[in-house]
Amino acid sequence: MTWPIMVILILLSISLIFNALGTIGLHRFPDVYTRLHAATKCTTFGTIFMTFTVMAYSVREYVITEEAKFLNMAVHTLLALVALLVTNPTGAHAIARAAHKMGIKPEKAVRDDLKDSEVN
Amino acid sequence: MKRGKAFISTFLLALFTYLLLTLAAGQSMVEEAPLSHLLWSLEELVLGISVALIVASLTDHILCRKRNYRMLNPVRWIVMLVYTIPLFIEMAKANFDVAYRVITGKIEPAIVKIDPELKTDLGVTFLANSITLTPGTLTVDVDDEESELYIHWIKVGTDPTENIAGRFVKWIRRFAE
Amino acid sequence: MIDLNMYFYGAVGAFGLYIIISAFRVFLGPTVPDRTVGLDTINTLVIASMIGLGAAMWETLFIDIAIVYAILSFVTTLFISKYMEGMEGGEA
Repeated sequence: MTWPIMVILILLSISLIFNALGTIGLHRFPDVYTRLHAATKCTTFGTIFMTFTVMAYSVREYVITEEAKFLNMAVHTLLALVALLVTNPTGAHAIARAAHKMGIKPEKAVRDDLKDSEVN
Repeated sequence: MKRGKAFISTFLLALFTYLLLTLAAGQSMVEEAPLSHLLWSLEELVLGISVALIVASLTDHILCRKRNYRMLNPVRWIVMLVYTIPLFIEMAKANFDVAYRVITGKIEPAIVKIDPELKTDLGVTFLANSITLTPGTLTVDVDDEESELYIHWIKVGTDPTENIAGRFVKWIRRFAE
Repeated sequence: MIDLNMYFYGAVGAFGLYIIISAFRVFLGPTVPDRTVGLDTINTLVIASMIGLGAAMWETLFIDIAIVYAILSFVTTLFISKYMEGMEGGEA
């Protein structure tokens, strides 16, 4: 096994592990805010590593075959990564804000500045 | 000519995205050049410029709404690219932190208010998204007038403004303010 | 020596399993935001599997569709959140 394949497999395993953690956290945490923590951070990180894997893979194929479509694939994957980085945290923020406006309280919370500011 | 600058920035951004998407996707207009299979054909360029013109004429009132053109400075873009390195390190830490909490279930959440003292929309957006991606913190709400952020903190600690935002604010000031 | 494509197919299979596990959160609830979080997770996993399939089949088109899907699912999440803000209580 050569080193490019090792690198690709390591990146792929990191992606699988963190996506698995995000999915488990979705069921282990008690309320919507903590679930968002698990779901957003872990799946975003896992998917970022998936894009890294595909970029490494397509660059390797480009070096071997010298077909331009693999370089095209790497650039498109980079754009997918940018789209993910912009949209995922914003979506999580929208859900958290909507949940708080609906009146769902964070479980076991010791302090809630946002609620206090709305009361005043 | 008030719209001109916004129009040109939107046009260039749209054209740049189009050229990235069609990089290495077809025949080049210069056959003999080295690496010619990576370049664009004449048809692609004509189509890209016309689509970018249409996009720019429809949406130039959305980009640069405040008529502040500080982001045209390329140094800011380079700093923004460099910023992804500390952000990535913090994201890696965040994920081990969440992994620890998924396995042990130890949480002590609270919603705290922080005041990062950033003035621009872009800076606040960057900070809110960075906070969401880093250890144990999640942006819940933004106060538009005061640019204060409300953060859900999974393990509450002392001095929220410094502990949550301190690492990013000095970076974001460099390119967004 | 297994072909590299096979690893990508395996990863996509694992993502499929994760999607099924996340779907339980959509069914179990208990509140509407909980279901939305489950949906958001599924969307991200679908994007990851599309990118993986694109690499396995050498099809750049799949990655284009992943970009469009990312943006569309973001709009969907925003829309559902905006709709939720008007609701009371949250049990549904």
